[in-house]
Amino acid sequence: MIEVHGLTKRYGEKIAVDQLTFGIEPGKVTGFLGPNGAGKTTTMRCVLGLDYPDAGTVTVDGHDYHNLAYPMREVGALLDAKAVHGGRSAYNHLLCLAQTNNLPKRRVGEVLELVGLSEVAKKRSKGFSLGMSQRLGIAATLLGDPRVLMFDEPVNGLDPEGILWIRNLMKALAAEGRTVFVSSHLMSEMESTADHLIVIGRGKLIADCSMSEFIARSSGAAVRVRTPMADDLIKCVTAEGATATTATDDDGAIEIRGMTAEAVGDIAFEQAIRLHELTTVHASLEEAFMELTASSVEYHAGVPGTATTSGSGA
Amino acid sequence: MATTTTLDARLSPLPPATGRAGLRGAIASEFTKVRSVRSTYWTLAALLIVSIGVGAAITGGSAANFNHNLANKAGFDATQTSLVAFFEIGQLIIAVIAAMAITSEYSTGMIRTSLTAQPRRGTVYAAKAIVLTSLTLTISLVTSFAAFFVGQALLSSSGVSASLFHTVTIPQNANVNCPGPGKGGGGGLPPGCKVTFSGVDVIHPSTVLFAIIGCALFVTLVAILAFGIGALVRHTAGAIAIAIAALFIIPVLEQALPSNWRWDIMRFLPDAANQVVSVTIGNNGNPHLWSAWPQLGVTALWAAVLLGAGAYLFRKRDA
Repeated sequence: MIEVHGLTKRYGEKIAVDQLTFGIEPGKVTGFLGPNGAGKTTTMRCVLGLDYPDAGTVTVDGHDYHNLAYPMREVGALLDAKAVHGGRSAYNHLLCLAQTNNLPKRRVGEVLELVGLSEVAKKRSKGFSLGMSQRLGIAATLLGDPRVLMFDEPVNGLDPEGILWIRNLMKALAAEGRTVFVSSHLMSEMESTADHLIVIGRGKLIADCSMSEFIARSSGAAVRVRTPMADDLIKCVTAEGATATTATDDDGAIEIRGMTAEAVGDIAFEQAIRLHELTTVHASLEEAFMELTASSVEYHAGVPGTATTSGSGA
Repeated sequence: MATTTTLDARLSPLPPATGRAGLRGAIASEFTKVRSVRSTYWTLAALLIVSIGVGAAITGGSAANFNHNLANKAGFDATQTSLVAFFEIGQLIIAVIAAMAITSEYSTGMIRTSLTAQPRRGTVYAAKAIVLTSLTLTISLVTSFAAFFVGQALLSSSGVSASLFHTVTIPQNANVNCPGPGKGGGGGLPPGCKVTFSGVDVIHPSTVLFAIIGCALFVTLVAILAFGIGALVRHTAGAIAIAIAALFIIPVLEQALPSNWRWDIMRFLPDAANQVVSVTIGNNGNPHLWSAWPQLGVTALWAAVLLGAGAYLFRKRDA
């Protein structure tokens, strides 16, 4: 359980995080989403006590991070997989971390085994690929069997196999009742992993809601149609009050909004318009996100379930 | 509400937590850090090679020099000669090790991982300082004694070598009588010159022991000072540059000041102590400096101030 209340952090003149308030619940994967520079890493650094907030409070299970009896038993955090001394072996890196929290030595070997790095345990981490470094960082987070896990952009630079591995790991951790808080600027990644979303832009909260709410919030479903008789179909559906636009991606498909796929199919049948494709398209997280972050004016647009930011431009 | 299900059968359950993560674990961790990187070993090798190797070259050179000019034996401080490489050059290597003990955490980004594992920064800082100080003191003592013994071995035939086990007497003054016009200068005496000595300096083993240990203490204080600088600037090259400036360059620049007041300043520089702690012959000491303990106190004060300032910023700044 992570609670962030009124968190504000400035770097010189620049406000990195602005009056941020949210809570992270156990038992699910909470995605922390925002464009690069939105303040995700800063927020996580404040949670871990690496940066001192200018205002506001951050607690982990009700405690200031600095006061946790055994921080590694409470929180496992991976902010930067390359934040290790490259001259130290994987084993010794984990050992020196385990010792700070009086964790038994055997855990080191076990977590190395778990992340698949046993073979290179004695190798210096300097030579590790980014994927191996990420695994080493994740091994460190698991040393203390923590109830809260935080990952900052964990899939950055990983190959598909590594991405799948991390995704499954995060889901498994959440399924065990742990709090999993993971940041990303990759909307597609969140879509397949997160149950809940915290979305921020320019340091401010944009949305705090479940994944499904977030997608539903965006302009909604469309019907994607491919037809050699597009002009005829557009004429018919607009006559029924729907809107039709050329799909952004490819091959002259059109997207119809304001009408169900069934209705579009019926019209096409009645008008003898040949269809090559008829699909209901759910707004992707990507689109919902782009919509929400399109301009700062919309930052405070009401989102179902949103904890609105105080200090908004009232 | 704790969910203690382990992720996988491969993770064995942890023993129940009692107390809190503290200084003991942090010290164990810092010790692991020090011993698990190669740079520790090659800087130590450099320290030993320089302190003992260069020390041997200097004492060996002195021994050879006596064959050319016997007069140089007068007032010869065999202890200081064997230790000069250690406390002049070795101190810089120690300063580099000490500064890097903390700056390497910043250059690699490890500091964020370290402070996430143990967020109580005072504990982390104290553990680093304790491990550094105890290791440096041990290594300095070993190096200081080794440099001394190697140096004395090379000087053994000269009759002016120092000893830890018995009192030695060193001639105080040399009188050179040369037949005919002496060529003078140039190091070697012209053939046929007679050297007679007058007066003796008596060197007790306790004086020698104090010089050897005093040099090790001085170098240890230098390590603490450099560590403090490292904590302040958080940048390896910057910290080393400042440490070298404080220990080497400022004392040299200071020589250019008017002599009537440069001595008054010199006493307060961190490196002045090495000019008195290493001296075993009373008359050879720099008369403008305080004696060994007060000068070591000056160095200790510098070390304490920098260590404290480093601690303050280490706790206060964003990591």
